[in-house]
Amino acid sequence: MAAITGEAEAEAPGVVFVHGSPPFGLPFKDRLLSRFQLIHTSELAESSHVKVMLCMDHTPVTSQTLHKLPSLECIVASSAGVDHIDLPTCRLRGIAVSNGSQAFSEDVADYAVALLMDVLRKISAGDRYLRSGLWPAKGDYPLGWKLGGKRVGIVGLGNIGSEVAKRLVAFGCGIAYNSRKKRPSVSFPYYADVCDLAANSDILVICCALTSETHHIINKDVMTALGKEGVIINVGRGSLINEKELVQFLVEGQIRGAGLDVFENEPIVPRELLELDNVVLSPHNAVVTPEAFEAMQELAIANLEAFFSNKPLLSPI
Amino acid sequence: MESIGVLLTSPMNPYLEQELGKRFKLFRFWDFPSADDFFREHSKSIRAVVGSSFIGADAQMIEALPKMEIVSSFSVGLDKIDLVRCKEKGIRVTNTPDVLTEDVADLALALILATLRRICESDRYVRSGAWKRGDFKLTTKFTGKSVGIIGLGRIGSAIAKRAEGFSCPISYHSRTEKPGTNYKYYPSVVELASNCQILVVACALTPETRHIINREVINALGPKGVVINIGRGLHVDEPELVSALVEGRLGGAGLDVFENEPNVPEELLALDNVVLLPHVGSGTVETRKDMADLVLGNLEAHFLNKPLLTPVV
Repeated sequence: MAAITGEAEAEAPGVVFVHGSPPFGLPFKDRLLSRFQLIHTSELAESSHVKVMLCMDHTPVTSQTLHKLPSLECIVASSAGVDHIDLPTCRLRGIAVSNGSQAFSEDVADYAVALLMDVLRKISAGDRYLRSGLWPAKGDYPLGWKLGGKRVGIVGLGNIGSEVAKRLVAFGCGIAYNSRKKRPSVSFPYYADVCDLAANSDILVICCALTSETHHIINKDVMTALGKEGVIINVGRGSLINEKELVQFLVEGQIRGAGLDVFENEPIVPRELLELDNVVLSPHNAVVTPEAFEAMQELAIANLEAFFSNKPLLSPI
Repeated sequence: MESIGVLLTSPMNPYLEQELGKRFKLFRFWDFPSADDFFREHSKSIRAVVGSSFIGADAQMIEALPKMEIVSSFSVGLDKIDLVRCKEKGIRVTNTPDVLTEDVADLALALILATLRRICESDRYVRSGAWKRGDFKLTTKFTGKSVGIIGLGRIGSAIAKRAEGFSCPISYHSRTEKPGTNYKYYPSVVELASNCQILVVACALTPETRHIINREVINALGPKGVVINIGRGLHVDEPELVSALVEGRLGGAGLDVFENEPNVPEELLALDNVVLLPHVGSGTVETRKDMADLVLGNLEAHFLNKPLLTPVV
C-alpha cells in the first residue's frame, strides 16, 4: 500500500489481546471490533506478536501470562485497581500500564459516602428493624451519630479520595489525608503516618491502591489510634485492612462501626460480621453502575487509540 | 420551678425526660390509661406541654388544659399543634429549628444514596450468603442526577448544598421563588417532577401541602424517578405511592415518614427498591441533646419572663 502524503495509511486495524471476560458480558465488543482486531485469552498461544492487551476486570496478569506475550508494550486495564497485574515485571520490560479509575471515581466516591452515612445514621439497620415489624412493638430505633463536624481521614488522595473529600466538605466535615507523598496543591492537612491520621480523625475512608507497601495498612495500631468512636469505610481492596484484627475490634466494640465494600477473600465475609448491626456489608459493588461501565469502555478505547497513534496514554498508573 | 406542672406527651428522649423531672413537676402522658383519665385528674396542674412530631397539642388537649401557657415542641414541625387555637388563647409555642437542619438534610442524602445504590439490599444480599452464589446487580449512579426539592427553607437549602457536592443540577418548588439562588424554580410540583429524577419533600406540612405528592406528580416523575420523604407522611398520598411502586410506575422511594406511624403499608415491606426508616430524621445523639436543651431553654425563659429562644407563636 503506498502512503499518501498528509493522510494516514489505510492500515489494518490494531490488534488487541483481550484478557478475561467480565461477569456482565463483554458489552462493548462491537465498539472494540469497529476499531480494532481482537484476540481472546483462549488464543493466547498465537499472540506472540501482540503489542497491546486489554485486561478486563481483575483477570490476573502473571509473569507467565507476560512470558507468553513477548512483544507486549502496553496493558490497558479496565479496572481502577491494578494489584492483579505483575507490575514489577511490566516495569522491567518497559510495558506501560493504564487503569480505569478516572471512569469510576465518582461512583466509588458516592458509594463511600453512602456506606459512611449508613453506618452513622444506621440506614440498613433501621430498614431491617422496620421490615421485621419491630417499630410498633419496640418503639423508636436507637439514635445514630451526626456527620457534620466530624473529622474525616482519607487514606489515599488519588482520583477517588479527592472526590470523597469534595463530597464530605459539603456535609461540614473536616478533611485530612495520608498518601505516599504530600500534595502541594491540596490544602487539607497531610499526615505522613496513617496512625497519626487516625489519631486525629473520627472516620477513616480507605481509597488507596493495594501494593506491597499498603498491604494491611489498617491494622490494630491504626484502629487503636482511631479510637472507640471511630468508623472505617473501605472502598479500596480487602487486604488494605488486617481483616482478622478489624473483626476483633468490631466484635469487642473497640471501634464504632465499619462500612465495607471489599474483603480479603471475596466473596467470603467473616461470619462474625454477619451478626453485627454496626457494620454495613456490600458485595464489591462500588463501580457497578451503567454509567461507570460506559465511562470505563470509553476510557479503555481512548487509551487503546492513544497507544496505536503513539500518543501518551490518558490514564497511566 | 419544681411546682410547675409540665406534661410530656411521649417518651421522646431520656435526657429531656430526666431534666424535666429535675426542674419541674413532670407528668408522663403515657403513664395514664387514657387521655380522659389524665385530663380528669390533672388538667388544672399543667402549665406547659412538651410535644413531639408524634403527639403534639391538638384542639382537644388545649381545651382540656385551661392553665396551659406554653407548648414547647421537641421538633421543628408544627403540624401536630393547633396553632390557631394557641394564638387565640395566648398560648406560646416554641420549636427546635436550626439545630436539626443538618441531620435531616444528611438523612435525605443518605436515603437518596441508599435507594439509588441499593445499599440496604446489598447488605441483605451479603448477609444471606447470596454473594457466594453470584454477583449483585447494576445500581444507579447518583453523581450528576437531577434533584428536585419541594420547599427551599432551611432543610431544603441544606439538601441542595449537599447535592451540589455530587454535581447534581438542582431545581425546586416553593410557595414563592427565592431570590439569590442558582437553582431552577418551577411554579408547580408537577412541572418540577417532570424535570427531575429525584424528588425530595422538604417543606412544612400544612393543609395546602397535604398529599403534595399525588398520582399526577408520581406519574410525572415516572418509572426512573425516586421519591424521598423526610417531611411528614401526610405529604404523600401513601396508597398512590404504594401502587405506583408495586406496579413499576415509580422507580423507587426512600421514606423516613409514613401516614400512620409506626404502621407501614405491608406492600412496601416486600419491595427491594425502597428504603424504609422509622422516623429517624433528627435521630442522632448530638442533635437530640441540642433539641432537648432548646426545649428546656425555652421553658426556662418562659417561666422566668425572659424572651423565648425559638418562638413560633
